[in-house]
Amino acid sequence: MSLPPDTAALAAPTLSPDIAVPAALAPVRSPTGLVLQRGLHHGGFLIGAGILGLIVLAALAAPLIAPHDPYAQDVSRRLIPPIWQAKGTWDHVLGTDKLGRDYLSRLLYGGQISLLIGISAALISGLIGTVLGLCAGYFGGWVDSVVSYIVTTRLAMPVVLVALAMASLVGGSLKVVVLVLGFLLWDRFAVVTRAATQQIRNQDFVSAARASGLTDLRIVLQEILPNILNALIVVATLEMAHAILLEAALSFLGLGVQPPLPSWGLMIAEGKQYMFFQPWVITIPGVALLFLVLAINLLGDGLRDITAPEGRN
Amino acid sequence: MLAFTLRRILVALAVAFTVSVASFMLLHLSGDLATAIAGPEATGPQIVQIRKDYGLDQPLLAQFLAWAWKALHLDFGNSFYFRERVIDLLAARLPITLYLGVIALAVALFVAVPLGVIAAVKRDTWIDRLALSISVLGQAMPSFWFGLTLILIFSVNLRWLPVSGNASWKNFVLPAVALGYYAMPAVMRLTRNGMLEVLASDYVRTARAKGLPPRKILVRHALRNAVIPVIALAAVQFGFMLGGSIVIEAVFSLQGLGQLAWESIARNDFPVVQAIVLVLAMIYIALTLAADLLNAFLDPRLRQS
Repeated sequence: MSLPPDTAALAAPTLSPDIAVPAALAPVRSPTGLVLQRGLHHGGFLIGAGILGLIVLAALAAPLIAPHDPYAQDVSRRLIPPIWQAKGTWDHVLGTDKLGRDYLSRLLYGGQISLLIGISAALISGLIGTVLGLCAGYFGGWVDSVVSYIVTTRLAMPVVLVALAMASLVGGSLKVVVLVLGFLLWDRFAVVTRAATQQIRNQDFVSAARASGLTDLRIVLQEILPNILNALIVVATLEMAHAILLEAALSFLGLGVQPPLPSWGLMIAEGKQYMFFQPWVITIPGVALLFLVLAINLLGDGLRDITAPEGRN
Repeated sequence: MLAFTLRRILVALAVAFTVSVASFMLLHLSGDLATAIAGPEATGPQIVQIRKDYGLDQPLLAQFLAWAWKALHLDFGNSFYFRERVIDLLAARLPITLYLGVIALAVALFVAVPLGVIAAVKRDTWIDRLALSISVLGQAMPSFWFGLTLILIFSVNLRWLPVSGNASWKNFVLPAVALGYYAMPAVMRLTRNGMLEVLASDYVRTARAKGLPPRKILVRHALRNAVIPVIALAAVQFGFMLGGSIVIEAVFSLQGLGQLAWESIARNDFPVVQAIVLVLAMIYIALTLAADLLNAFLDPRLRQS
């Protein structure tokens, strides 16, 4: 059975175990040192890591650096524009929303929500997808057929629609969004893990482990998993970005994270009716989302180049 | 080819069956339908009555078989909200979403394929980097926010195009760009990688050595082969776009299938939601089947697997 080409194409270049470094040219380095050295010379990776680092710091430090309580309403101070506009004030650097809540404070706390959802959803989907992919790649045969079949079925389901319907039935909340996204976004993990496992399952060190009498479980956990971890981390970053965008879309449609939580997607939804006169109400959270996802994607692409440079085009 | 076709069709049918089970189960297992239909103010006896009226007291298997048998005959029941046949609602809304999807795909292909070719030919120049930057940006842009931003720029500030509705073709320009931009990065990258691979191949070198004009090599020899996987990707992306158009239709108030789905979800109108999930999944399955068959027809090596 053939898998859809976009995921298959993603799977192909991610892993090749032998990294050839001419011994005479390069000084002898440990693999970790080599990766570190490549990382420090990769522009996209550095930019992505830099931006992401800043956002994570800002989100974590939100209780310390936020100038106001993100939930404190003040109807006498509604829709104050940000500082770079004529009526902006230093008291509300990024302005206030329709209920007079400080936009900068909401943005900082909203970062926590995006990161939390991205990481948790990627962990859940990573667990599901990796287990499926390892089984398919390691055992092959009918197990492989069944897993490929499940993946194909999952891909045929329209993600946004199914996520909306499920969230609506259970009632939208942060926990529900994490669970729904976690249970929907494991397909790429499964496809990549399967392909990577297939590539190494017949190599000598796996055969040696098998000959020495290790159980299948220990071979998979001790010999195979560590060798495909790089590819998994790359997929994890992509799926984290994917989950963050989907959460924003679900919250924008009113079925994700619920008010008064300051999700960035929700902030855009709440600002939508004012955007014709106060465009910054949607521009600020939108740009924040763009930078966060961009940073994660740059980091992921960079990691792939750094850990498996021969797959780069 | 015949064996491959038959096997592939069989798989598609099996997937279609599984998807219909899954979409049925999803709505029945995610919560108590009767309570959701009745609404927050309903009393116990009312819920019991609803459970009976909608056949929700039957065994799950019986419910599924009844639903699936009717769905096979394109009978998805009646909408709770509109009191109309679901199939009539779908027939009214699907063309708008398909129209949007086709224009969006055309936009994506017309931009992404030439960009991918140029990026491959001018590899590692500023053009290549620009193309890659556009694709990285495209993957990071929330589509609903991009749509709103397009409205701000082209409808509010420049006043070139209408804000919302579906009165004329002008209403479809911005939504199609917002939706198509989302599919561009994947198409661009695949075209670029395919071209890089083909341009480095022996037969292109032979063609060069024979002294064929570069343009002819590029189009007749390289692009023709590099574009094969793009066809399949385009079909898959088209399927994804139909599913993703729910967000774009909400932004632009296009009265397509996505908008209907969103409103029906908010109204707990389950027969409509279920039918839309099923229809979109079937379209996706048909598209991937067609793409696989076309690919196998164009590239005989694929028939082996």
